[in-house]
Amino acid sequence: MKVAYWPGCVSRGFTPELHGSMAKVAPKLDLELVELDRANCCGAGVIAEHNQELVDTLNARTFAMAQGVDGAMGMMNICSTCQGAQSECQERLDADGSYREHINEHLDPEGLQYEHDGAWWNKNFLWLLVEDIGLDKLRSRVERPLHGLRVAPFYGCYVVRPTRRLGYDLYPERDRYLEAVIGAIGAEPVDYAGKHKCCGFPVITMAKETSLRQAGRHLADAIDADADCLVTPCPLCHLNLDLQQPDAAKYVERDLDIPVLHFPQMIGLALGLDPKELGMDKHVVKTADVQRKVAELAAA
Amino acid sequence: MADYTLKIRRYDPESGQAAYYEDFDVALDPERSVLDGILQVRDDEDGSLAIRCSCRAAICGSCGVKVNGTSVLACNTRISDAAASARNGAVVVEPMGNMPVLKDLIVDMDAVHWKKIQRVIPWLLPEGDPPEREYIVPAESMIDVTQSMACIQCGACVSACLSMEVDPEFIGPAALAKAYRFVGDPRDAHTEERLRDLAEDPHGIYDCTHCFACIEVCPKGVDPMNQIMRLRRHATGDYDIKDENNGYGHEKAFVDLVEKYGTLHEAQLLPRSYGQGSLLRSQTEPRAIRQLVQSLPTVVNGLKSGKVSPKKALIHHKLPDQDQVRRIFHAIESKDERLELNMYIVGEGDVGPDETDGEVAEESRGQADKQPAQGETGDER
Repeated sequence: MKVAYWPGCVSRGFTPELHGSMAKVAPKLDLELVELDRANCCGAGVIAEHNQELVDTLNARTFAMAQGVDGAMGMMNICSTCQGAQSECQERLDADGSYREHINEHLDPEGLQYEHDGAWWNKNFLWLLVEDIGLDKLRSRVERPLHGLRVAPFYGCYVVRPTRRLGYDLYPERDRYLEAVIGAIGAEPVDYAGKHKCCGFPVITMAKETSLRQAGRHLADAIDADADCLVTPCPLCHLNLDLQQPDAAKYVERDLDIPVLHFPQMIGLALGLDPKELGMDKHVVKTADVQRKVAELAAA
Repeated sequence: MADYTLKIRRYDPESGQAAYYEDFDVALDPERSVLDGILQVRDDEDGSLAIRCSCRAAICGSCGVKVNGTSVLACNTRISDAAASARNGAVVVEPMGNMPVLKDLIVDMDAVHWKKIQRVIPWLLPEGDPPEREYIVPAESMIDVTQSMACIQCGACVSACLSMEVDPEFIGPAALAKAYRFVGDPRDAHTEERLRDLAEDPHGIYDCTHCFACIEVCPKGVDPMNQIMRLRRHATGDYDIKDENNGYGHEKAFVDLVEKYGTLHEAQLLPRSYGQGSLLRSQTEPRAIRQLVQSLPTVVNGLKSGKVSPKKALIHHKLPDQDQVRRIFHAIESKDERLELNMYIVGEGDVGPDETDGEVAEESRGQADKQPAQGETGDER
């Protein structure tokens, strides 16, 4: 399967291990990624807060580039925030023909047009894996079932709310996909209060206490539920849950120290890839315990 | 008729007992509401069950509860839908969150919700003598605030708010949506003071974690978070309010960096945000320097883990077609008015390609997000 691929800014910036692990995982699932290396930032909600016409135009530009990729089934992203920010723009572009026409005028000089045909889609890798690649295929490719690994899912707000905008009418199970995938690769999904809540990242610069109390609380809940690690399809959640974890521990006044995996890293482990290849050494909270568990599985 | 089980959270402060859950079986037509189920329990099984309700038609906003963990109006939630989303067969009914429980399903709205509503001065503050008859404003200037006016004060958004869950002092979605109702009103003469107040409050507009929880639960489509984003847009875009919370700086830094590079240069986002959008100011202003120093341990952690290299922190490549991105920025940012497609007015129905050339489509074009017309308020007759 071939898709236009928007990796987002953070996966190539402060979480390079995400971009790298996706590149390793894709061929193992017969997924051909055509990276949109001329596309711009999705705005991450901030440009939307600043000027709606601007953010809609910027994302229409990305969509138009993706639609121009020959033979691509649709567009794929690896960031919950990109997904939500882009879905918001797509909702407006699709809702009103004259508005869409107006936005497309901004793209004319570049020879680009966003076409609304109803069938074109933009999906997070999590959605694509479950809906288009399929869990059966994933299961058939698993070389190292992660038996005994207890994984706490953390979705990121932007792929769970608002449901009316994120395709939940067609795919009502999207807020349960992480558990389904964790199960499909032989690991054990951990239930805890925070899985659909906010990591706090959007306010880390403006309201640090609000931000890190959220991150800290969810991490603590996952630890109390006996999780070995968390997994998230959102690099911004990863920044607050991993990079900021030492600081978050202070705000919830307890030790945390629980590793947070990127979604493709977890898939890569099950597909038999080496933890180092997946960039698992590039985490602030060390993934050594998870790596040890995985190594024991390989030996077993 | 079908049988349903309601698992209701009970609590009576006068009993001295801790809260507990109690199961009740009810027989109801699948089309009936969770509220009908609760009232059946109260009528037939336990008259002491406390629930606040009135209209039963999603108008009065009295019967806010949590059903299977989601904040809803009980009267607006079909019992069969609730049963379908129930985890272990029973429909779990609990009082709303983020507010103290008075008894069973009744929370103290005064202590939280109404106190916060009062906080934003929820009435019009016009200036000058009142007009002889009504205030007259152009109809299109009110379109922008109609959405916030749809609020029925049920508190579902307050109950679901994830910022308030960790910061009870957050002014919150309902009150901030109410604030926008007056900020967006051309008759109000204190727009800037209102915005400055809400931007400078550490628990104000920049304490919203942008999680969409309020949008998801609002039974009236008010989209409180979107009203908070409108408040931010007016505070930064129209009044240049450089708040102490870095709200202005963060927005300016982000937008400027994407205009300059096309993708986000993360290493510069934080310092620029602390410096009201300026890299230079981040290194010269004591307030900014203090914040930078405080974030050093996190920066060191990032470098140590290998996530961030010094080279990456310093050099960020522009997109190959960056001049195109800049052209778009210039074309849109140089306009006098911001264009906003108001989904509340337009609706979500698709206008197909064939319908785009008529007058109807032209009329449904986005509403210009007008600059506030102060000084003209009230006397356009």
